Amino acid sequence: MPDSSITNSTLAPKEIEQIPGSEIPYEKFLDCIHCGLCTAACPTYLETGNENDSPRGRIYLMRAVVDQRIELSDAVKGHLDLCLDCRSCETACPSGVQYGRLIEPFRVDVHKLESSQGKSTQNDWFHRWILYRLFPYPKRIRWALLPARIMQFLKIDKLLEICRLQYLLPQKLRRMHNLLPRLRPAEPSSPEILPALGTQRARVALFTGCVSEGMYSHVNRATARVLQANGCEVIVPRTQTCCGAIHYHSGADREALEFALQNLAAFELEQIDAIIVNVAGCGAMLKDYGHIVDEIKGVPTEQVEQLKQLATKFRDVSEFLFDLGPVPPEGEIPIRATYHDACHLVHAQKIQNQPRKLLELIPGLTLVPLNESTICCGAAGSYNLTQPEMADQLGKRKLENILATGAEVVISGNVGCTLQIDSQLRQARKPLYVAHPMEILDLSYRNQKLQM
Amino acid sequence: MVEQTNQMMNQDPESLEELESGSASFSALVQQLTLIVGEAGILFDADELLVYECDGYIVDKTAPDIVVFPTTTAQISAIVKRCNQFNVPFLARGAGTSLSGGCLPIGGGVMIVLTKMKNILEINLRDRYAVVEPGMVNLHLTNALKGTGYHYAPDPSSQGACTIGGNIATNSGGPHTLKYGVTTNHLLGLEAVLPDGSIIELGGPTAEVPGYDLHGLYVGNEGTFGICTKAIVRLTRDPESHRTMLAIFQTIGEATRAISEIIAAGIIPSALEMMDQGIIQAVEEAFHFGFPLDAGAVLLIEVDGLEIALDEEVRQILEICNSCNVREIQRADTPEERLLIWKSRKQAFGAIGRLSPSYCTQDGVVPRTRLPEILEFIEETSKRYGLRIVNVFHAGDGNVHPILLFDERDKEQIQKVMEASEAILDKCLELGGSVTGEHGIGVEKINFMSRIFNQIDLATMETVRNIFNPRQICSRDKVLPPHQTDGSSKITQSHPTRHAPH
Repeated sequence: MPDSSITNSTLAPKEIEQIPGSEIPYEKFLDCIHCGLCTAACPTYLETGNENDSPRGRIYLMRAVVDQRIELSDAVKGHLDLCLDCRSCETACPSGVQYGRLIEPFRVDVHKLESSQGKSTQNDWFHRWILYRLFPYPKRIRWALLPARIMQFLKIDKLLEICRLQYLLPQKLRRMHNLLPRLRPAEPSSPEILPALGTQRARVALFTGCVSEGMYSHVNRATARVLQANGCEVIVPRTQTCCGAIHYHSGADREALEFALQNLAAFELEQIDAIIVNVAGCGAMLKDYGHIVDEIKGVPTEQVEQLKQLATKFRDVSEFLFDLGPVPPEGEIPIRATYHDACHLVHAQKIQNQPRKLLELIPGLTLVPLNESTICCGAAGSYNLTQPEMADQLGKRKLENILATGAEVVISGNVGCTLQIDSQLRQARKPLYVAHPMEILDLSYRNQKLQM
Repeated sequence: MVEQTNQMMNQDPESLEELESGSASFSALVQQLTLIVGEAGILFDADELLVYECDGYIVDKTAPDIVVFPTTTAQISAIVKRCNQFNVPFLARGAGTSLSGGCLPIGGGVMIVLTKMKNILEINLRDRYAVVEPGMVNLHLTNALKGTGYHYAPDPSSQGACTIGGNIATNSGGPHTLKYGVTTNHLLGLEAVLPDGSIIELGGPTAEVPGYDLHGLYVGNEGTFGICTKAIVRLTRDPESHRTMLAIFQTIGEATRAISEIIAAGIIPSALEMMDQGIIQAVEEAFHFGFPLDAGAVLLIEVDGLEIALDEEVRQILEICNSCNVREIQRADTPEERLLIWKSRKQAFGAIGRLSPSYCTQDGVVPRTRLPEILEFIEETSKRYGLRIVNVFHAGDGNVHPILLFDERDKEQIQKVMEASEAILDKCLELGGSVTGEHGIGVEKINFMSRIFNQIDLATMETVRNIFNPRQICSRDKVLPPHQTDGSSKITQSHPTRHAPH
């Protein structure tokens, strides 16, 4: 608990449950020495210039709420809600402040407090039907997208846009409509065991995810093929499920725990070297299972230990291949490409060079540097739908930097970034192709050309 | 000085108004300022002002009454004129990374935050200058120059966040100061809004400007001469090549002798940094770089320049290190290895967070040859107060940064840290040095000023300040000690927590 000399309370004392963040270990706040070196790494501060929208400012606000120096007013909550949770500040911080372990449990507390007061955002139609009941389930996403596929096939979507009929949709659905890429036909589901090509070097499981399997199943198939080409036997358990990030980040930590437990049951840890993830956002969440389980109350010790062990098994696909020592791909892909660092890869998982080194192995591919490559594109999970204004500002910022490179292909290892960048490019009518690193590597291993 | 102060009595900062939230004059000023910067450019809700109550120096805290975010020089001039009209103090803030309380709004008033003025207005490679707005982040300028073969040379350790305007206010240095000089050597001219709201232009992009060198005078004013609104900075050609190495010594004495002899041999390394045993152990514990834990000191030496000359310089440095009983030298020949060595230096402070819940970094300077004496004294002080003190610093400049480890929740330790810090700074003065190498005076070191300078020196400085800022309406009670002993009674002194790294 805070030292009373530091606390400068002018407010009436409250019950502990009514103070969000009061159960966060206080040392985690003290880790911040207020040096300000994080500020210029923060996308929202770069846009607004307001220190309340910087990591240092947000930590100060959260600590002030915990110390009861201020109330969680709408203004204060607004600044905290504007945080993308991109963790860029953690990369910049010289003191090793775990910002994510402050803002995430703080937000969970705020959501809980609000639902106890009956004003939770979790109860609105969007959270209940779209975020919680549609997104975590790839099959439902696939069915839900069927009309969109048909409309795209018949070009009815273009007609709707010309007639501006999409403006009849609620704002969030309209934004989802705008994000929707040109959909590829859904791939047939993957066999549960895929053999290694050549000498077997490892045995891995593939985490297929929810939105990515529903919309980008071809990336999952490409990832499996790349792993096979590198001598990995690939197991794709059918019983696996969503990582739970959407639930956890909107304060529904119990539901997130259910997903984690289902994943625990799905993967047989003794029989595999690693569980491979190809979506940065899921990877960061899965690797965090061990921390998150400490923040959720009342989990049996045995499950805590098992989830901590599960968390150590997850590897991003680029990280894993780089450590394994990649088999050099031989097919030529003569493109000028640039690489965008997904926040949940570069900041949350500290994976920056590995995907670039893999891409540089591809004959004919020129990788040009992207200015501000580590600044968030504004996708940030469902942020795009909940904070549209800032998401658009950051999307435009990213677009300008991408266009300045003169690249034909933008490569990124996160489905959220892909959707956001693709949407920005379409709105600006720029014919660039957005790809996952594994898509391009797969083409090179299979000696095929990129169809843009 | 005494006579002069008496004349100035009616112009003392005490005559400035203190705004009261909700009062008629407060509402009127908010309304006037909103007309200038718009509703999105002003904050006056107490919850949102809290984060502006301190900068990187968190011992003293006081919040402004109003924060504004101007976007043009004309807006700043208009804001300053309103502050004069309402007789309310004001000051500028960039990124708020000051380690000496440079952005502390003593007496409240209006804080003019320059983070929205961050554009590059011109880059002229042929004449080697750039014109930038004051809120431009130092590193963003160098990033924008990538690929041109030029860079902006002053590189404070906080360069990823701190602004050019703040660099000018504090005359910032950095690890490469030893060879390339500090901000004043790289500022060709500037535009500023004076404390009365008038706009002046000093210096310019050409080599020689007639008249007094006022922009030279302006650098390092710590915000007391008004607000810099535009800077014309020199661009420096990137060195053709570097050589970076780590020299590991058995004792601090041998390492400092090597430093003096390298400089005496006429070699000017682009960086010469030292880490002592305490910090080596901390870094090793955190990052496992493979430093020998029993080494007394490690020197990080970098030379740059024409490729053809570097090998000879390196040969001489190796010879000197050998003559000073160097234990081992690790060379960084590839860019990756160089990055790794610099990482060990720059992340050293991050490692300290793992050793101790709080720390306080001091900033003293001694003549290079007196380094062994000050380090010995720091060691004694550490024993005398029972505090762990580790050292990592810019050895080439004699700029020491003893880091005092403590727990901010222990009152007794806080007192010891304050006393030990003061003893160390006193010793720096005794050895012919100074109490700040690069963090500035701000409010933190203001009481040392009368120990460094005599009455006539201080009176002269005050006369100069009064030309620009006679009523101290702009950035009051900074740099020069106030005449009133209770002048800063509105500040909350809480505790000397860790200061950020340099």
